[in-house]
Amino acid sequence: MAMTITEKILAAHSRLKRVEPGELIEVDVDFCLANDITAPIAIERFRQAGAKKIYDAARVALVPDHFVPNKDIESAAQCQILREFAQEHKLPHFFEVGRMGIEHALLPEQGLVLPGDVVVGADSHTCTYGGLGAFATGVGSTDLAAVMITGRTWFRVPASIKFVYHGTLAPWVTGKDLILYTIGQVGVDGARYRSMEFTGQVISHLSMDQRLTMANMAIEAGAKNGIIAPDECTRAFVEGRAQRSYTFYESDDNAVYEQVINYDVSEIEPQVALPHSPANSQPVSSLDKISIDQVVIGSCTNGRLEDLRAAADILKNRRIAPGVRCLIIPATQTIYRQAMDEGLFTIFLEAEAAISTPTCGPCLGGHMGILAAGERAVATTNRNFVGRMGHPESEVYLASPAVAAASAVLGRIASPEEL
Amino acid sequence: MKFSGKAWKFGADIDTDAIIPARYLNTSNPQELALHCMEDADPEFPQKVTPGDVIVADKNFGCGSSREHAPIAIKAAGVSCVIAASFARIFYRNSFNMGLPILESPEAAADVVTGEQLEIDLSTGTIVNKSRNLTYKAQPVPVFMQELLAAGGLIPYVMKHLSSSE
Repeated sequence: MAMTITEKILAAHSRLKRVEPGELIEVDVDFCLANDITAPIAIERFRQAGAKKIYDAARVALVPDHFVPNKDIESAAQCQILREFAQEHKLPHFFEVGRMGIEHALLPEQGLVLPGDVVVGADSHTCTYGGLGAFATGVGSTDLAAVMITGRTWFRVPASIKFVYHGTLAPWVTGKDLILYTIGQVGVDGARYRSMEFTGQVISHLSMDQRLTMANMAIEAGAKNGIIAPDECTRAFVEGRAQRSYTFYESDDNAVYEQVINYDVSEIEPQVALPHSPANSQPVSSLDKISIDQVVIGSCTNGRLEDLRAAADILKNRRIAPGVRCLIIPATQTIYRQAMDEGLFTIFLEAEAAISTPTCGPCLGGHMGILAAGERAVATTNRNFVGRMGHPESEVYLASPAVAAASAVLGRIASPEEL
Repeated sequence: MKFSGKAWKFGADIDTDAIIPARYLNTSNPQELALHCMEDADPEFPQKVTPGDVIVADKNFGCGSSREHAPIAIKAAGVSCVIAASFARIFYRNSFNMGLPILESPEAAADVVTGEQLEIDLSTGTIVNKSRNLTYKAQPVPVFMQELLAAGGLIPYVMKHLSSSE
């Protein structure tokens, strides 16, 4: 019986020969995680259930990343709950400020989540690790607590939708543009409860950073997971970092898909998702001159080294437009260091951009770049819902790092072509 | 399980940031969260909602983040049940885990308007619109899921089972 990559991973983790869409299964979890917003509730449930021990302390990561460095007294108290729990249970993967990163950039970088894994996280963007060829999905805090206790969870096997990307990418078109385009085509519930499998020549040639960006936003189409079959690019990325053994799975040629959707990427130009939905994506050239107040380059979607390099290519020997604030947030300490060593910080500082320590911060309207009523931002983040970056009357436009940087220079939403 | 209350109608794709904005997530205290429930979709909702009221929404209710604070805020605001044409998957699972009753009914979602009086029976999956004397169908909630809801969510439900088997 032929299976998709998602079905194979789920079958292997439920000790079954095969699984089919719709089937309810119990699976072994390779790794689980929570952050400073979701872990406090998970820890409360863990204690409430009377649990004393974590199933395997080495398979749990607690990453304070949303409201850190602590933005206020309440946030400090939330982080304290994580810190104390990590000490109590001797968690080797508690990442303190100064050693941390945004969870979905940090865990792949540290080799803690790997190809073939089942990963559950109390954060919806846990689906990011599908870029490595893992089955990874977001759950709530209570489900996460149960995983911390038992090492297992239940799933309904999702049907898969195969997305095939053909053709040649136009200049400035990245994984971010492909995923914004895709969500624009299928809608914010177009893959609800489904697995999105990203395939085709174009995907094979995408870097790991861009694959992680695409898988990251599968949730914005309502998907349970997004996944890309591992290959040599994956091997090159995980070799030397993997902290456990890993397995490469791939879909059988005759695997069954609910739908197969083909895109010729040659026709796609850089995309911008207009407020207030990630599905409102439009070609950047089709937009009027939309003035902006702020640019954010960072997040679990686009805060990796390649993203910072793309921004630096644009900002080199240029200045941020008067009246615009440009915030650059390397996603992890390692990325921060690499960007600094490569001289990217000099470029950013000369362009008059601000560089922040790793944090989810403004992406979810937490801190470090909140918008006032009527303000407008271009962000490389993943959501542009009402009030997402601050005041309910502010606006967020989602785009790639290159488009965000070009917009910062011109003071309005702009294509890099215009520079 | 049966509920009755006044309907509050919302549109499609109500995301978790609309249900409880992230700017309030520096706490997980249910009463604090309830003060901001649905604020970015309807700023007056926390003041207007009364105990037992029902949220009725179009497709994909609860899309976006995995925050359990969303069903917690709705429940703490006094809402007895959420009816939608469809739910986003993480929100769906979180709602049962939190003990917030939810029902999928495209029929009710398409017809009910704010202010109408609803009577809901989870075991039969029927929603009666008392204001217009209409009945809508939904998938019934199985008995064990009703017990889970009655217990107040997954953890209390599991604990109840543990103590009864001891």
